[in-house]
Amino acid sequence: MRDTIRFLKGGQIVELEEVGPNETVLDYLRLRARQTGTKEGCGEGDCGACTIALGRLIDGKLVYQPVNSCIQLMAMIDGAELVTVEDLVANGRLHPVQKAMAELNGSQCGFCTPGFVMSLFTLYHAEGQTKSRKAVTEWIAGNLCRCTGYRPIVDAALDSCFESADDAFAWRANETVEKLRQLSDSRDIYIGDKDRFVASPVTLDGLAALYGQHPDATLVAGATDVGLWITKSLRDLPKIIWLGRIQGLDRVEESTAGVLMGATATYQTSELAMSRLSPDMGALWRRIGSKQVRASGTVGGNVANGSPIGDTPPALIVLGTTLELQAKDSSRTLPLEKFFVDYGKQDRQPGEFVTGLFVPRPAPNQIFRCYKISKRFDQDISSVLGAFLFTVMNNKITEARIAFGGMAATPKRAPGAETALIGASLEDPSTWGAGMKALVSDYKPLTDMRASAEYRMETARALLAKALMEASGNSSAQIRLRAPILEAAE
Amino acid sequence: MTLSDTQKEGGHIGEPANMRHVHKPLNHDSAEKHVSGTATYIDDIPEPDGTLHVVPGWARNAVRGRMSSIDLGAVRTAPGVVAVLTAKDIPGINDCAPAMGDDPVLAKDEILFYGQVVFAVVGTTRDAARRAARLAKIEVEPSTPIISAEDAVAADTTVLPDYQFRRGSPETGMTAADTVLSGVLQVGGQEHFYLEGQVAMAIPEEDGGMLVHSSTQHPTEIQHTVAKVLGIPDALVVAEVRRMGGGFGGKESQANQWACLAALAAASTGRTCKIRLDRDDDMIMTGKRHDFRVEWQIGHDGTGRIRAVDINFLARCGYSADLSLGVNDRTMFHADSSYFYPDAVIRSRRLKTDTCSNTAFRGFGGPQGMLSAERMIDAIAITLGKDPLEIRKLNFYDADRNLTPYGMPVEEHEVMKDLFGQLEESSSYWERREEVKAFNAQNAVLKKGLALTPVKFGISFTLKHLNQAGALVHLYTDGSVQLNHGGTEMGQGLYQKVAQVVADEFGITIDKVRITATNTSKVPNTGPTAASSGTDLNAMAAKIAAATIKQRLINFLSDLHSCTPEAIAFQDNKVFVGELQFSLAEVAKLAHQARIHMSDAGFYATPSITWDRDSASGRPFFYFAYGASCAEVTIDTMTGEMTVDRVDLLHDVGHSLNPAIDIGQIEGGFVQGMGWLTTEELVWDDAGRLRTHAPSTYKIPAAADIPEDFRVALYASKGNPQETVYRSKAVGEPPVMLANSVFGAITDAVASLNPGVVPNLDAPATPEAIMKAVRAIRQAAPTQGMAGA
Repeated sequence: MRDTIRFLKGGQIVELEEVGPNETVLDYLRLRARQTGTKEGCGEGDCGACTIALGRLIDGKLVYQPVNSCIQLMAMIDGAELVTVEDLVANGRLHPVQKAMAELNGSQCGFCTPGFVMSLFTLYHAEGQTKSRKAVTEWIAGNLCRCTGYRPIVDAALDSCFESADDAFAWRANETVEKLRQLSDSRDIYIGDKDRFVASPVTLDGLAALYGQHPDATLVAGATDVGLWITKSLRDLPKIIWLGRIQGLDRVEESTAGVLMGATATYQTSELAMSRLSPDMGALWRRIGSKQVRASGTVGGNVANGSPIGDTPPALIVLGTTLELQAKDSSRTLPLEKFFVDYGKQDRQPGEFVTGLFVPRPAPNQIFRCYKISKRFDQDISSVLGAFLFTVMNNKITEARIAFGGMAATPKRAPGAETALIGASLEDPSTWGAGMKALVSDYKPLTDMRASAEYRMETARALLAKALMEASGNSSAQIRLRAPILEAAE
Repeated sequence: MTLSDTQKEGGHIGEPANMRHVHKPLNHDSAEKHVSGTATYIDDIPEPDGTLHVVPGWARNAVRGRMSSIDLGAVRTAPGVVAVLTAKDIPGINDCAPAMGDDPVLAKDEILFYGQVVFAVVGTTRDAARRAARLAKIEVEPSTPIISAEDAVAADTTVLPDYQFRRGSPETGMTAADTVLSGVLQVGGQEHFYLEGQVAMAIPEEDGGMLVHSSTQHPTEIQHTVAKVLGIPDALVVAEVRRMGGGFGGKESQANQWACLAALAAASTGRTCKIRLDRDDDMIMTGKRHDFRVEWQIGHDGTGRIRAVDINFLARCGYSADLSLGVNDRTMFHADSSYFYPDAVIRSRRLKTDTCSNTAFRGFGGPQGMLSAERMIDAIAITLGKDPLEIRKLNFYDADRNLTPYGMPVEEHEVMKDLFGQLEESSSYWERREEVKAFNAQNAVLKKGLALTPVKFGISFTLKHLNQAGALVHLYTDGSVQLNHGGTEMGQGLYQKVAQVVADEFGITIDKVRITATNTSKVPNTGPTAASSGTDLNAMAAKIAAATIKQRLINFLSDLHSCTPEAIAFQDNKVFVGELQFSLAEVAKLAHQARIHMSDAGFYATPSITWDRDSASGRPFFYFAYGASCAEVTIDTMTGEMTVDRVDLLHDVGHSLNPAIDIGQIEGGFVQGMGWLTTEELVWDDAGRLRTHAPSTYKIPAAADIPEDFRVALYASKGNPQETVYRSKAVGEPPVMLANSVFGAITDAVASLNPGVVPNLDAPATPEAIMKAVRAIRQAAPTQGMAGA
């Protein structure tokens, strides 16, 4: 047992004995360490001004990932290297990404700039990136700039981020790896007393025991949702159990049957497996939050919290995803769609926690399509999200699985449309009408700030039509904007 | 980025040849500090011991109604709370309005809009104060709120009197016109979303004085309102700001309330007090760009030449006047875009609604006016079956038809036409028009649109007295220079541009010029940094101050060395006196010994402005800035999704003081305007509560939204015909309206679905708004008899 958290900063190991369960990394930096280079823009992980980099050993290699420090809890950086904008200047010299940003006019008011610099720092250290504007804009989708219009920032990234790393962090990488290994122990962390604590068990059994004792504790995986409960709802969460150090819980295993994702596998680590499942899944994954959100956020956490802003469940549901749950003395498996009982309500018992999800791979005679509609392409929550899985024999639909997000209080299947489409011919659009019509009785969408009920219904029907058009062989390049490359994969 | 040859060479006709900084694409003065996290914003200033934190409290669900009880007991006893302040704790006047006296710092008896501040919690930490602020129990007797422009028209409530420009007889003009078209355009507002939210720190000083660090575009107004609220003389208050993390108009008047609350708390507790708004509070409580309902009617001669125009601008101003007078006047001044209206009536109503008080936002009403003109042109073109570009050119101001509806001549109509023609050529508009037609013929779901639109933006405050500025320049005996002026830095590069001008005036390298924070005790009685005028005014004032000091040195040296003043030159940190050569430090030391005054307060007032609002006559603007933009978009006619595929911009900045900074303003302004017209949607629910108050729900453009193919150039100008600083032109606001081309291109794409029918597309063109227009145009009957269709 350890009652401190430890991390690396500026080459030194920092060990903290006092860590509040709700203390964020941003507050630690600005209020405790008095390092004010990192800025707060929104306090909810949507603007990127507070971006820091966390260096961790992944499969033995040092990897830097961008993280929104405003919603990252201090306990979650245990064992990592914390890099902030202050750490980049070496011997009075600007880091290559800082230099490019300054010289190519990548800053105007400068307030978002440290966040961009840190995102670009992680791109600078990322391996296997192809130099392109698209690669850059995807990488910085979680950083908002209100002054420049981004062009000079993208130029600065193209100018500085695609050569092999040659900075102080690269020079001392071996030393860093060594120090991170030292920090990586298999001791449970428990800071605080029985009423107020932050804990980080390293085994599932340890978690089951601790959660069994404290079923009122808050389980935290990536904190991309829980963080907002703290910063925005001002909820006091006295008992925090962080799952990030539980061995093996972050696994992503691909098989011919499908993909098994542990509860703490992040969107980032599961993205490749998802895009191999289907290009549309990969495209959906890349539009979840931003690089920062995907580096921390987990599918398991999103599902377990029943977050109303989950964009993956409709797709996971049509693919027939199952959920694994465990408690101290029990475990069970259930279809994901059965888990969402009602708005904000899930079928999770006291002391029970999600350990993983299994996403079946579509069969060769199944066609999967997924469409996300939002006001902004990147880092937005869908107004409507439609997912479709058609099983096809002799160009006729033998089974249709259809689910929508944004059309009901929870991600929900469309039983009427699914039934009506059985027997529909992909060659004859006149056989699709019954399915389209049935959506009207399948859903009663609401009007909110993202879209009106009318638009949602109209769009749901349009998305079903698109899916059928594509299933019947129309080129997706003619059916949708920014289509992922589908043909190659199928 | 492309620069004209003359700009590369540096030095235009009539300019000194020794300029080392002016016209050069130098980086922002704070660039290295920005990228290394060492640029200090107000929340980064080390806090004095015992600093307290202020959080505004409000009735979290009330929209409009009388407060029947305010129970702050739980707030006062919450952990960490030092004081709780309400309206009755204000020693002076409870008002922080810029002009009309109608913005209470703390609500007194009535809640006037969703988010109005009722009390302020002062706590030992910001976290403690935030938690305490939520414990208030405020009972409100709700009354039915007036939310939309339509509600306000029905209730006939306004914050300011109606106003109009009238020329000729639009009634006769309409009758004489061959064709009269009409329509309604809804134009949404816009949240500033400066990355640094509203923030202020007040430090009490002796004798009741107050030093206020405020993220503000208008330090003088901070000084005035703080003094007014505290009931102390202006001379006891100093306001200072080194830099803002973005302003865009949102910190012109809207920074006042937070500075006042910090100062009120500091005066009350005797300790330093800081306020930094939470992002949601900021977005709920502060005003935004005005949204409009525009009712338009236009008559033309059958070929597309405009005969008469009648526009009614119905602006939602919110609960108070704020800057709505100037904003709405500017909408009217720009209702012509770049087109000659022979007979016109341009009406404006400033509607009072129970919503946050709308305020300045880059463009200051101009964008809404110009967008309306472009809609009218599109309507003429679409109904005639002609290309909108032809109709634009047909109606441009020219030598014979060059009077705006408010009587100011458009003197540079040749520049406007030349610039537009250049972009028409360089963007390959007509070739791409054919490509767009071919694409649309081949695609059933996706449709492309193309548009090329002009910008003509009037430069000067239309409130005449604001067109003045001061600067304070000191030359020290080691040859270094300290520079101060009344303009504020919000990222636009003002400090850098002014420093370049001062460096070249003294013939010194820019590292010798120390730029200092804007401070009301150094340069008093300043106007806001707004109306794009920051450089025009402050660089001129600073240049005058530097030139005055230099002239004193020249006089001193010519006496000392018995030479003519012409024999003396300042260059490369040296002073040349005939054959002799001195360092500036040597000269400064000698001059000091000789008791020469080496400090000067420069002052500049813009000439030629004669606007008289009461008679609606005279010249409101010193000059116009011009630009043009060509945008190509693709829309998905099944979902309303849209991508901007290519954009070409050409913009006139006169002789650029700093091409790198100007390009940054042009690109940034365009993208901000594009956000306003596409993804940025403010949504109020039926009860009148703003539902989009965080970046999770309010979507400004992200990096992937900028066009894949983005070509930006400065127009090869012959220089501003007016005597501005080095014949440059203002650049802050005009580029926002370059984004009108994106809206025009979306309109064009929708119009392709049913030629001859004018799309009913409102702004912002969200997927839902585009689908609404698509549905309507598909349901409209096909039109017949289009010439050329």
